[in-house]
Amino acid sequence: MIEIDNLTKTYGAGPQAYQALRGVTATVRANEFFTLLGPSGCGKTTLLRMIAGFETPTSGKLLLDGQDVSASPPYRRPVNTVFQSYALFPHMTCAENIGFGLKMLGKPKAEITRTVGEMLDLVQMTPMANRRPSQLSGGQQQRIALARALAPKPKVLLLDEPLSALDYKLRKDMQIELKRIQKDTGITFVFVTHDQEEALTMSDRIAIMNAGTIRQIGSPRDIYDQPAERFVADFIGETNFLTVGLLGVAGQTARVALPSGRELDLRAPGELPKGPQVTMAIRPEHLELVAADAGQLSGRLSNIVYFGTDTHFHVDLGEGGALVVRSQNKPDQMPRLTAGEAVGISVLPGTGQVLRD
Amino acid sequence: MATRPKPPAVDGARAALLTPALLIVTLGALAPVLVIALYSILTPGDYGGVSWTVSFQNWLNVIAERDFLTDEMTLAAAHLEIFWRSVKLAFLTTLLTFIFGFPAAYFIATRPPHRRDLWLMLIMLPFWTNLLIRIFAVMQLIRNDGIINNLLLSIGAIEAPIQMLYTEFAVLVGMTYLYLPLMVLPIYASMERFDFSLAEAGYDLYAPRLRVLQQVILPAIKPGIIAGSILVFIPSLGDYVVARVLGGGKQLMLGNLIGMQFGELRNWPLGAALSLTLLAIVAVAMVIYVRTAGAEEEPHG
Ligand SMILES: Nc1ncnc2c1ncn2[C@@H]1O[C@H](COP(=O)(O)OP(=O)(O)OP(=O)(O)O)[C@@H](O)[C@H]1O
Ligand SMILES: [Mg+2]
Repeated sequence: MIEIDNLTKTYGAGPQAYQALRGVTATVRANEFFTLLGPSGCGKTTLLRMIAGFETPTSGKLLLDGQDVSASPPYRRPVNTVFQSYALFPHMTCAENIGFGLKMLGKPKAEITRTVGEMLDLVQMTPMANRRPSQLSGGQQQRIALARALAPKPKVLLLDEPLSALDYKLRKDMQIELKRIQKDTGITFVFVTHDQEEALTMSDRIAIMNAGTIRQIGSPRDIYDQPAERFVADFIGETNFLTVGLLGVAGQTARVALPSGRELDLRAPGELPKGPQVTMAIRPEHLELVAADAGQLSGRLSNIVYFGTDTHFHVDLGEGGALVVRSQNKPDQMPRLTAGEAVGISVLPGTGQVLRD
Repeated sequence: MATRPKPPAVDGARAALLTPALLIVTLGALAPVLVIALYSILTPGDYGGVSWTVSFQNWLNVIAERDFLTDEMTLAAAHLEIFWRSVKLAFLTTLLTFIFGFPAAYFIATRPPHRRDLWLMLIMLPFWTNLLIRIFAVMQLIRNDGIINNLLLSIGAIEAPIQMLYTEFAVLVGMTYLYLPLMVLPIYASMERFDFSLAEAGYDLYAPRLRVLQQVILPAIKPGIIAGSILVFIPSLGDYVVARVLGGGKQLMLGNLIGMQFGELRNWPLGAALSLTLLAIVAVAMVIYVRTAGAEEEPHG
């Protein structure tokens, strides 16, 4: 278990000082696949390097299984890293690379040989044991880097965009493979990516980061279905934002007035802003096109974009803004709609929510 | 790295383009060696130069001398002492330049890129000064009435000046100072290409600093260390000026011995034989060194 307690990191000093982390607090549970997701420059690598011990926190604490490791060097932490560039030792064979950590830990030769064998097996690279990294493809180097980091059986494995250098197909394969290895070994994985699809499919929990802070932590489902704020809703998937009037709040439910004047009950997680106007977030696939006078909203079709598996309908709500409605394409019931037509929109029951900002 | 392109075949145009280079190599390197080799098997002329009588006496004289009285051949103790001193000082110079040069190169390579040029320039700055001036500067530091002795005397650390000038120590200091950049630059060059995430991978895998240095950094920059050592060892072995000035004619090195044969002793053939001996020592040392240094490394490709 990793407890990250109000960590901050400032690079440089004086006028060039840059605060890369602005108070990050999170708990990574044992054996979980935990993903840091966020736009470029939000501090993912910085946070990861701090867990590994390559950066010292400016303030805050880092606990590993209850022990404060904030000040211990990387070689004293039971944490290993899979580097984005792999960083395999070029003058060693694959087997020597994998055995390096165990050798440094002073393990007996027989144990090293056995573990290296197991690891090569785990990543399906046994035939390549005696090759040099320069004689391997990118995907193979990736596997060796993974095996090398797993061999010392760390408590936590850190992976900084390990798949970003691979092509699409290989990447899909490695995603499944990584997930399998994480389950088999039971090691806690902290995984960095800026690919949201990767994060959603692989993680037990995701932390969404922005500008040196964590905005929301939750399961992929929580994050996708119940984004707490505009940034998260916007970052993950596609979202329509609509300004609505707040009529009242009862527990986790808020009653709002849509631009059309119709009233609707929405989920309202956490605190809400006080004002009469709040932001409602709704996914395009949670909306449905209906006849012009049916549904809670009405507008005019401005654009129709065909995507193969589905179609996006851009609807102009007039004063109330614009929305995108997504519907899956089914050959027999293609709606014969054209741009300019008046349409109605209905909100699927139980979807949509009010954001805290 | 796995496959290495075959060297292209030399065709006509290419041969023509190579001609100037080949000419320089032939005239500048091969021809003098051949002349020296020829001289080494001739007889000394009366006033320098050579007389055209073939004799292998010079080669014998490289390591042996004839006793004036008994006419017996004995090992030339003076020559052997000079050989030994040259090899020893050249080796120690290489070692010292490595000990001082490696941290310097490491320091520069780990600075932010835009600051490295400044540090490199500082390393090379002495090259802008004349060689003799630099050696005389060292002399000012270490002579009996020099800065170091005066300083030590004034703080009462010593009672009488330490004799540093005209000792082997002086020659060693001078050569180390002179050749340090030749060690720093090649090591820096290979270190600059070194991917420091490899060092991080080492730390991450439970290797403390020294182990990372020994297991990860040194193997990666070995080519630079080999190049630097060769660049320092060869000129140190054949050094003339430093031994002449800082050794004061007492701590002769091979270069001085050779110089004397062509100068005051007027024995060109012996000088030629000694020069070739120096060449042979360098060649043997290089073979041994490159073999041992590259021993653990498997051949690539
Ligand atoms: N050594 C450093 N010195 C100064 N600033 C740094 C340093 N390392 C990172 N930064 C800055 O800190 C911020 C966060 O960097 P970080 O590498 O953690 O981002 P990231 O989330 O990993 O981004 P990416 O997705 O592009 O890898 C960036 O603005 C970066 O410019
Ligand atoms: Mg990063």
